[in-house]
Amino acid sequence: MPDTIPADSVGLVSPTTLHIDTPITLECGRSLQSYDLIYESYGELNDDGSNAVLICHALSGDHHAAGYHSMDDKKPGWWDSAIGPGKAIDTNHFYVVCLNNLGGCKGSTGPTSINPQTNKPFGPDFPIVTVSDWVNSQAVLADHLNIQQWAAVIGGSLGGMQAMQWAISFPEKLRHALIIAAAPKLSAQNIAFNEVARTAIKSDPDFHEGHYADYNAIPRQGLGLARMLGHITYLSDAAMGEKFGRELRYDAIQYGYDVDFQIESYLRYQSETFVEHFDANTYLLMTKALDYFDPAQEFGHDLAKTLASIQAKCLVVSFTSDWRFSPERSHEIVNALLSTGKEVTYAEIEAHQGHDAFLMPIPRYHEIFNSYMQRIAAECGAVA
Amino acid sequence: MSLRVDFQIISDWIPEGARVLDLGCDNGTLLNHLQQRGISGYGLEIDNSKFSDCIDAGVNVIQADLDQGLPQFADQSFDFVILSQTLQAINRPDFLIEEIARVGKQGIIGFPNFGHWQCRLQLALGGHMPVSRTLPNDWFNTPNIHLCTVQDFEQLCSDKQMEVLNRSIVNHAHKDTLGTKLLPNLFGQIALYQIKKTS
Repeated sequence: MPDTIPADSVGLVSPTTLHIDTPITLECGRSLQSYDLIYESYGELNDDGSNAVLICHALSGDHHAAGYHSMDDKKPGWWDSAIGPGKAIDTNHFYVVCLNNLGGCKGSTGPTSINPQTNKPFGPDFPIVTVSDWVNSQAVLADHLNIQQWAAVIGGSLGGMQAMQWAISFPEKLRHALIIAAAPKLSAQNIAFNEVARTAIKSDPDFHEGHYADYNAIPRQGLGLARMLGHITYLSDAAMGEKFGRELRYDAIQYGYDVDFQIESYLRYQSETFVEHFDANTYLLMTKALDYFDPAQEFGHDLAKTLASIQAKCLVVSFTSDWRFSPERSHEIVNALLSTGKEVTYAEIEAHQGHDAFLMPIPRYHEIFNSYMQRIAAECGAVA
Repeated sequence: MSLRVDFQIISDWIPEGARVLDLGCDNGTLLNHLQQRGISGYGLEIDNSKFSDCIDAGVNVIQADLDQGLPQFADQSFDFVILSQTLQAINRPDFLIEEIARVGKQGIIGFPNFGHWQCRLQLALGGHMPVSRTLPNDWFNTPNIHLCTVQDFEQLCSDKQMEVLNRSIVNHAHKDTLGTKLLPNLFGQIALYQIKKTS
């Protein structure tokens, strides 16, 4: 809980819900007749609407990217390290928009929403949405906000995939894409991890084929396991070692099957808190959206050809210890951009924090991020 | 601030509208200057501590290790590939020169001349590895692991069927003197070559 709001925070914020009555047809062939998108915005849109920045969230993220909802909040929004006055995404210069993606569970229409046809929650019947679908729905939000062209679309991990998809789907609607700790598609190992997570959820006796809401149940065990597994893959061995080592929870080893080590206690705590505020069907859906992301598929698996039509300038960033989306995966993106002469800057940040590094204020990372955003701000006329 | 003289010479060799790749682009000074002349391209740099400078200068910089060659670039995809004051820090200069000739229609390579009389004197009479203004490190901590002389470089070019189109050999102040003109391998401290694979 902040006693006072830090000076470099966007402060107290509240979300807005946009109800859209124009149907959206999804990649899977199904459509939603109407839907809600919940979003937050920070900073002011300038007169010519040229300083708007879209933030895309990753698997378990949401629209609350920065600031506090109340003085009782324990933590600020998920990317508060990068968004705020004087920060890399400087709200003195930019109008920053972040929404909860379709299929989410934080206020945008998703599996926990009421299906108007049945008057019951969609649950597992909610259509699977893809990265392209998200980008299309984000474009609807942009139209609503009168944003013709984003100064930048920015995201890490699954968010970076959305930034890339934006540049492919709407080349003229963004000037920059910041693709951080991402990959052009998932590897077999990435998909395998997602499948273990899904299996954990689906095999929980409380899952009820996804209709757990009907039973007033939550598949806590399964969703918790999925989160534990995910958490391990977001960190590196070194980061975990530094934080926990082999530190014991109690004075001595217990010679039992309960918690001995601090890392076990940490994972349990993380999963227990996660299951109380995240929906299992949304988790399943998000992992599928990740698995299905492969924009080059339509272009004969030629990523260079896929990115040939983009107009956005790109900043691509990877982190040395990220083994979920390693620097080599970013090289694939960068090399594809280079092969067609696109404007691209690429930095490989020395960091031990693993995949989660993209959320951390690592000095070299933020220095480069900050410079790049300053350049965009200068283009918008926001700074000299 | 005026441009470093070797950068000025490089710039003079490159026509407007050319596509260039600057290997070891440091803080982007050269590329920034070239861009103002309507020359575009990328800088490659292994050390990202000066990426902010590159970004501020509007230079597209790509973090890359030149010891891995230039596998991300297609044959003859640049008009010029520039390697300024970096050759001597490369693991296999012969391999990188081949890569430069593969990726670029022409190469521009600048390096400190180890054949300069002061270097020769320090080794011959002083009996120690030369330390100079252009090569200030001691033998044990120098990043310059593959030093060569003007003569060595020209031999390598000849072995690799590279034609020398232009040559500029100057002193540490990047000026040419009577000495650098008459006996470049003895009096030149900095050598710049414009080369091309003989077809």
